[in-house]
Amino acid sequence: MSAAVLGIELAYWQSTLIRVVAGLVAVLLLTGGVVYLYLFKFVSFMQSRLGPMEAGPYGSLQLLAEVGKWLQKEDIHTEDSDRLVFGLAPAVVLSSTFLMFVVIPAGPDLVIANLGTGVYYVLAVSALSVLGILMAGWASANKYALMGALRAGGQLIAYELPMVLAVLGVVIMAGSLNLQDIVAAQAGGEIFGFSGIGNPYVLTQFVAFAVFMIAVQAELTQTPFDMPIAESELVAGYQVEYSGIRFLVYFISEFATAVAFAAVASTLFLGGWALPTSWGLSAGVMNVVGPLVVATKAVLLVGVVFWVRFSFPRFREDQLQKLAWKVLIPIALANILVTAVFKVAF
Amino acid sequence: MSDTPSSPRPKLPKPQLPGVLKGLGVTLRTAKETMFPDGLLRPPAPSRGAATVQYPHEKEEPAPRARGVITLVEDNCTACMLCARECPDWCIYIEAHKTLAPPRREGGKPRQVNALDRFDIDYSLCMYCGICVEVCPFEALFWSPEYEYSEPRIADLLHDKERLGEWFETVPDFEALEAGSEVKVKKVPR
Repeated sequence: MSAAVLGIELAYWQSTLIRVVAGLVAVLLLTGGVVYLYLFKFVSFMQSRLGPMEAGPYGSLQLLAEVGKWLQKEDIHTEDSDRLVFGLAPAVVLSSTFLMFVVIPAGPDLVIANLGTGVYYVLAVSALSVLGILMAGWASANKYALMGALRAGGQLIAYELPMVLAVLGVVIMAGSLNLQDIVAAQAGGEIFGFSGIGNPYVLTQFVAFAVFMIAVQAELTQTPFDMPIAESELVAGYQVEYSGIRFLVYFISEFATAVAFAAVASTLFLGGWALPTSWGLSAGVMNVVGPLVVATKAVLLVGVVFWVRFSFPRFREDQLQKLAWKVLIPIALANILVTAVFKVAF
Repeated sequence: MSDTPSSPRPKLPKPQLPGVLKGLGVTLRTAKETMFPDGLLRPPAPSRGAATVQYPHEKEEPAPRARGVITLVEDNCTACMLCARECPDWCIYIEAHKTLAPPRREGGKPRQVNALDRFDIDYSLCMYCGICVEVCPFEALFWSPEYEYSEPRIADLLHDKERLGEWFETVPDFEALEAGSEVKVKKVPR
């Protein structure tokens, strides 16, 4: 990535360092921006209030104040908790989040690792967070935490399936598992002979897009699907015993995962870093414009997630499972079939 | 089926927007009205669109009969203890001693009265039920809408009779009630 952009030869460790630091900065900036924009402001406006206004202009430094508050808190754990697993669980969840960003392309050369099986990798790595959540629930030695973790396990596994099946439609259309190839297929594609705006798969794979976004909502355990952390019955689910810096890690990973899934969705369905038409921009220019394009798309999609989150009440546990197994999975399977037929026919 | 063949078919309900989309519409409209109270083409002004008030900077006028704080008119209190005994939280503390007050008329006997030594309300316990105000037969206790008397130390929420008396000037005059009910109306002694 960096070597191609800067046109200089870097040692492996140098380019790796640049990639990691750039990735971390981008992820944390995007996450902070999303938290401020949606969790603090958009939601407040939806509830006819202003949200934080004191820390910085229009409360823009509120997140820093919150992070400062969490950092000074005492590191507590329950007496019976398995301390090693308890401390490791947030790290597992956070690393699952950060690993998702590895394959998301932000420009023709701007990708940390251009894997041939990028889609497969993203979905597999995102499923790792279940492990961290189950570890947290078990190690907390708290029945609420355990029940929340088991609910999360059941829910995340149930919604993995429609998500994977929905993505298969895109993979069939693009004919590749590589995210760069999928972006290129959308930019150079055509919809029944019309190639003015390429073929962003949200237009031709709208069923898959809807299923994917519903499954993302559930994977993020955001509100209509927040049974695992249902505060009225489970206090805070698997996060019950966490406070201070460990809770901060959960908080970051919750919103960074939202950004990651939104970036994946915008890569798979909205054309990724490519603009609707090429505008005659060279690859070098797209390396600068591309990150902005994909970030804008991702932030808008996160906005949809938060919009849904703060509009709806919570599903019951059985309704939640029913939606996944009886509605989303059949729809996604039918979508694969129809997509395959169309792919062969046209 | 008890329906006869001639009975009119029930009207089908009009097709409606699914509730899911309707809910999304409600939240988005509220966000729009908060962000752009003057319409989408005008500059955003959320501080006017929001239903809330940024408290320390701007304050809402409490309703005149709001239950903010209880005030004491010391001269009217006879230390009858009714308020203290009716208080569900036992947050009123009264101590008094008997003393002689000057006679009302020339040449009369000095009157025996109870002089207050202590009349404290512990606002850290008070639950603002208003039973003490209701039960006072001598018009010594009143509600005031003042509400800004929080303290960093919980012990400072114990207001003594001087502090309670200071609130009295904030008590609003009661509105006149309908004709015929004046007899029972408690009046603010001014």
